[in-house]
Amino acid sequence: MKVYADNAATTKISKKALDAMMPCFEITYGNPSSLHSVGQDAFHAVRDARNTIAECINADADDVYFSSGGSESDNWAIKGAAYLMAKKGKKHIISSKFEHHAVLHTLNVLEKEGFEITLLDVYENGLVKVEDVKNAIKDDTALVTIMYANNEIGTVQPIREIGAVCREKSVLFHTDAVQAVGHVPVDVKADNIDMMSFSGHKFHGPKGVGGLYCKKGIRLPNLIEGGAQEKNRRAGTENVPAIVGMAAALKDACNNMEENTKKLIAMREQLIEGILKIDLSRINGDREHRLPGNVSACFEGVEGESLLLYLDLMGISASSGSACTSGSLDPSHVLLSIGLPHEVAHGSLRLSLCEDNTPEEMEYILEKLPPIIDRLRDMSPLWEKIQKERTK
Amino acid sequence: MEYSEKVMEHFTNPHNVGKLDDADGVGEVGNAKCGDIMKMYLKIENDIITDVKFNTYGCASAIATSSIATDMIKGQPLSEALKLTNKAVVEALDGLPAVKIHCSVLAEQAIKAAVKDYYEKNGIEYNADEFKFDEDHHH
Repeated sequence: MKVYADNAATTKISKKALDAMMPCFEITYGNPSSLHSVGQDAFHAVRDARNTIAECINADADDVYFSSGGSESDNWAIKGAAYLMAKKGKKHIISSKFEHHAVLHTLNVLEKEGFEITLLDVYENGLVKVEDVKNAIKDDTALVTIMYANNEIGTVQPIREIGAVCREKSVLFHTDAVQAVGHVPVDVKADNIDMMSFSGHKFHGPKGVGGLYCKKGIRLPNLIEGGAQEKNRRAGTENVPAIVGMAAALKDACNNMEENTKKLIAMREQLIEGILKIDLSRINGDREHRLPGNVSACFEGVEGESLLLYLDLMGISASSGSACTSGSLDPSHVLLSIGLPHEVAHGSLRLSLCEDNTPEEMEYILEKLPPIIDRLRDMSPLWEKIQKERTK
Repeated sequence: MEYSEKVMEHFTNPHNVGKLDDADGVGEVGNAKCGDIMKMYLKIENDIITDVKFNTYGCASAIATSSIATDMIKGQPLSEALKLTNKAVVEALDGLPAVKIHCSVLAEQAIKAAVKDYYEKNGIEYNADEFKFDEDHHH
């Protein structure tokens, strides 16, 4: 059996997205900036896609900008807002400890440029406290940027409440919603969001395309100078097929969200229940406020990369936040941010599901996982130590 | 990042996994915080390594290097085993990704730690310079 359980890394493109894209290569292949009818057809395709996406997140279509993906959107929004507000003497930015590197590394750069960065704690349950945001805001706070849902442990943040605090204090609010859009209901107006990043391939759209919602009135500096695309703010001929594919995928995801969510939660809980039967296992992140398809677990005495490669040999694709998968010596900053000791964080496994997965696949995972853990523990000197400690 | 076929072979079916209850020398290096621990058990007769087993907690390259390093020293005189370098281990595995080279150092160190243990248990004099490494911070 083959089980793809790494949908937080990327998803398979949906049939609807693919079908929508194909004519853009062969029929509506024109340049949207061209005035002839081939170009105008492409222009209309991009316009329709923008309208569709705007509808899905309850935005005005004028406020949706296309980009190459989540990282670009995060860079654009955060650097843009920082430079914009610095002109008004505001150079303080609030974020959280477990943001995606597209956010954290951008903040590192800004810190070197003289901005002051406050990274909020996310506590054991992996949730930012609204009170903490409120208390961290100062007179010179330029921006608050908090992710909508965490990519590793799947916790969904109190975005609406954080947004409300920012509105009350007149501070710009950006959210990296790459893991949330298409997975949980997102409404930029009700959620009090000023700027929001999203990415096509996280919801069965193509890779290399994403977007930024930027509320009217926020004059972000231009990202790429050149032509008049994206209202002069991001030049370059539009990636028409990808934009059209992303819109089709998002529409499909939003239309089926209620049904998919039920199915996903059932499979997620099936996995969690089975995983917790394994000795010295734990589930990371709040059990209630989490993405429908995210299971993040740790197994003591086991190293995550070995675990995921043995799973791969069984046809199961998963991911791990162990040091050895990241190319650094420390395990994932996300797992450390929720207070896990290094040695526990090294034994992490993330299974991220989509609606194409089945309960039978979950059974298969739960059948294959325990013997692999046993095998790794049998050869683990760390497990030997843990066992000795327990029998003391 | 990609592993060679040889690494995957040794990772999938590691050789010499286990413990030796009557080991003459036992060495353990690495630590849980860094995500890898290697424990080497040696059976030694007339300065020849007659049997070797290992236990490793770590990533695929840590397990594969343990496996191939134990193969390389089995049946060898101690003097030869002590000459084993991480470079030789990496070459025998047809290479390791750059970020994984540090894992291969562990095997070389675990062997040295086990031989040192054997020397100490048996009151055999040894050149301490040959065994210079930081057992806690192999990285």
